[in-house]
Amino acid sequence: MNKAVVESKQDEEWQPKIIAFLCNWCSYAGADLAGVSRIQYPPTIRVVRVPCSGRINPFFIIKSLIDGWDGVVVSGCHPGDCHYISGNLVARRRFAIVKELLDFIGIEPDRVHFMWASAAEGELFAVMIRKISELVKKLGPNKKFEKKW
Amino acid sequence: MVKQMGDIQAENVEIEKKMREVARSLLIEKEVDVIIGYARGTVPLSSSPIFIKNVEDIDSLIWDNLCYVNLARYVVPPLTEFVDNEKVELKVGIVSKGCVARALIHLAKEKQVDPEKIKIIGIPCNGVVNRRRIEKELGEKEVLEISVSNDQVIVKGKDFEEVLPYQDYLNELCKTCKVKSPPMSSSLSDVIVGESIEISSVEDDFSDLSEYESKTPEEKWEVITELLSDCTRCYACREACPMCYCNLCFVDQNKPIWFGKTSEMSDIIVFHLVRAMHMAGRCVGCGACSSVCPMGIDLKLINRKLEKIVKERFDFTAGLSLDVMPPMMTQKMEDSEDFMLGEH
Ligand code: SF4
Ligand code: SF4
Ligand code: FES
Repeated sequence: MNKAVVESKQDEEWQPKIIAFLCNWCSYAGADLAGVSRIQYPPTIRVVRVPCSGRINPFFIIKSLIDGWDGVVVSGCHPGDCHYISGNLVARRRFAIVKELLDFIGIEPDRVHFMWASAAEGELFAVMIRKISELVKKLGPNKKFEKKW
Repeated sequence: MVKQMGDIQAENVEIEKKMREVARSLLIEKEVDVIIGYARGTVPLSSSPIFIKNVEDIDSLIWDNLCYVNLARYVVPPLTEFVDNEKVELKVGIVSKGCVARALIHLAKEKQVDPEKIKIIGIPCNGVVNRRRIEKELGEKEVLEISVSNDQVIVKGKDFEEVLPYQDYLNELCKTCKVKSPPMSSSLSDVIVGESIEISSVEDDFSDLSEYESKTPEEKWEVITELLSDCTRCYACREACPMCYCNLCFVDQNKPIWFGKTSEMSDIIVFHLVRAMHMAGRCVGCGACSSVCPMGIDLKLINRKLEKIVKERFDFTAGLSLDVMPPMMTQKMEDSEDFMLGEH
């Protein structure tokens, strides 16, 4: 990297890196819609496409935190709209527990988010990502799971 | 809190006598093939599980305040025997305090235990003594004998004798336990023999957690990392837990490797976090995990939180009845979304 680039990097404000697990049938398409409609949202998220929110093993979320992602978003179809009928309802119970336990051991509640967004909700998707980025940014980098040795 | 004590020792002797009677008659009547119970351990401050097939051995069964093992651990997978080259499942009678029975009932809901194949020999529990705390208290001194009388724990060693207040050395989870005997309901009337109580829901305010929960994330992290800092990841807590029966535990998985195998703090905490996740709605609060921890780590903070989550979210207490579906095995359209990000 040349010197000018390094300097301009230092000048830049810190931006969080957020991993987003998006259901193929709704939120992924929602994100796509936000894109093709040219709705602006911060470039903080990296998307992982999953077949259903029910596919998300809570370990995905924890492993993301271990690997140093500053925030995690999980988004699926609204209740009743799941392609596999109840995948998101099963997932919702799981997520409730993941969220409570993360809070309980002292992971800031604003690092991990769960939401619903349909394929038509490109606008909503962008709004949520903007909000999440703000929240995670306020928390600063995720260092809790950093290894000391 | 715990009821006002009479003489605990005397009560235990009574309980022990009745338990042996019930066990004896089950064996004689051939209602069960084997009795699983507690026997005197080989070192002080311990008890060990015992499997009894002969009526003559019934008197090795004991009951005291050191029976901390959760015997439900021993029936998954089911006990079998070869008869004429054919594998048959044994009928088992299990000495059960409240939490052992609850574990069995929950395991039946998870289809790991066949209620037709077990008899729960119910006994009312006075709570178990936290032996790790006693060991800590005594430091280097070696305990040779322990007894409980009135509300005192008396420990004797080579040249010392100490009297400790029973209440202070009771297992933390036993202090909040509301199901001291097996919970009886109509679908269990054939399964439970001996002592039982009618209970369909447990009232609990979880006030013991409020101080911890009012802390900031930083403070919580500090408490939790401090609590677990001695953990060596020996997995004794997993081995003792009646609910940990997976053939391949996530900690042993190496494809994918979810997290490191070291005893570095981050790995330790992930182990306990995920263990806790797997226990939500399943932990019966027996405290076996804490009793066996060689490092004396008391996991009750996490276990109580699990109880609280499922009680508040799903109004569920694990292992109370065969008729209620455990929350993590089902779902409802109207489940709360209070933890989710809303539009505003
Ligand atoms: S028994 Fe204790 S030291 Fe062993 S893994 Fe469990 S908490 Fe850690
Ligand atoms: S986690 Fe501990 S208290 Fe809960 S059921 Fe397992 S051994 Fe018992
Ligand atoms: S298909 Fe989208 S959440 Fe199940």
